[in-house]
Amino acid sequence: MCNVCGCGTGETRLEGEALDHEHEHEHVHADGTVHRHTHHHTDEHAHSHAPYQWVPAGAHGHTHRHADGSVHAHDHVHEGEHIHEHGDDSVHYGQGPAGAHAPGMSQAQMVRIEQNILAKNDGYAERNRGWLADRGILALNLVSSPGSGKTTLLVRTIEELKNQVPVAVVEGDQQTSFDAERIRATGAPALQINTGKGCHLDAHMVGRALEKLSPPEDSVLLVENVGNLVCPAAFDLGEAAKVVVLSVTEGEDKPLKYPDMFAAARLMLVNKIDLLPYLSFDVQKAIDFARRVNPRLEVIQVSATTGAGFADWLGWIDARLDEARAGRQRTVDQLRARIAELEAQLAAKG
Amino acid sequence: MHEMSLAEGIRQIVEDAGRSQGFNKVKTVVLEIGQLSSVEPDSLRFCFDVVMQDSIAAGAVLQIDSVPGSGWCMQCAETVPVAALYDPCPKCGSYQVQATGGTEMRVKELEIE
Repeated sequence: MCNVCGCGTGETRLEGEALDHEHEHEHVHADGTVHRHTHHHTDEHAHSHAPYQWVPAGAHGHTHRHADGSVHAHDHVHEGEHIHEHGDDSVHYGQGPAGAHAPGMSQAQMVRIEQNILAKNDGYAERNRGWLADRGILALNLVSSPGSGKTTLLVRTIEELKNQVPVAVVEGDQQTSFDAERIRATGAPALQINTGKGCHLDAHMVGRALEKLSPPEDSVLLVENVGNLVCPAAFDLGEAAKVVVLSVTEGEDKPLKYPDMFAAARLMLVNKIDLLPYLSFDVQKAIDFARRVNPRLEVIQVSATTGAGFADWLGWIDARLDEARAGRQRTVDQLRARIAELEAQLAAKG
Repeated sequence: MHEMSLAEGIRQIVEDAGRSQGFNKVKTVVLEIGQLSSVEPDSLRFCFDVVMQDSIAAGAVLQIDSVPGSGWCMQCAETVPVAALYDPCPKCGSYQVQATGGTEMRVKELEIE
């Protein structure tokens, strides 16, 4: 584990390869200035940084080697007064208890941040969403508890879809590539992400997976998230919709016990309905509970073993594909109109 | 749940702000956490202390401002207060309530030195 941030360096793996991990790094100088910058763990790199907004006299460079073998070179100054000039007015002097700022006196200041905690993930998710939209790719994020039958459901879905539309799969699990192997047996390309100690896929991991997998245009990308009904709810991957799978071998009350996921999903698949004769599971109750959490939730009952309900499920995917294609067509039309406009302007000048 | 990831997200935001605005000691971190968000404040407090070690917010006080949950009741056609995602409308008892407020997880402000 990375001992700076505890972020589990080298534990996230794409097909067994460590995810190249950009890392924030901090060091404190003798004069108390603190520097932070990003670097890759394995890279040797040089960089320079002067204290903010201040031209150092007598700055000098030095290199140091980290425990992991990476080497830093940078300029710094040992002594000096630190003067800040801010490009914005977010730091307010004169708002402390004394109502004024006295130079050299430590005074508490409030800095407004107003930033979503998951802003970084959401930024990557938007990038993925744009990338997918440009290519007319429909991405669905499948979430559930472990053992709900997601992989079996995926395998059957791919078998049924593959003659109509190309399908690619991103598999998330803490360890092993068993699921990706099951998917590849269908002939569909699959990429395994091992999250190591992580309990969910995040948008950065999926972005990297998209680059590696490079699914074709106008295709379907199915993301099988880590089996976990809690954490993946909060992490947008850039998908068109989250599909939550609830199997009838679980409790009907799961939507109330784990409401966040059902609130985040657009569709709930009630899976393994072929087993209903042997169970006391009340399907209507489960659906009612799920709709208490999310009144707009769509529901389809399926069995990945017998294929029951698959016509509806495949029809739902088709409708989403039409939406993805229509979205891309709109973008293409807008770009064409813009090109025509620019050409007309050029012609008028020339 | 994923409070560790959230704490790392907070650390990143705090460190980024420190770098761009030129401060290197944070005394208090003020968060706005909605009642309907997927955050467990106690768990987040624990993770916060661990994750902030050796950062500019090491030992900082974590202040969590709770934002009450609210939802749009489709029956009453108005915004009503709700304490949980699965709560019925307090006026008509219907479960046709879509969460609209109190889902935020934000770093609101920092007290710096």
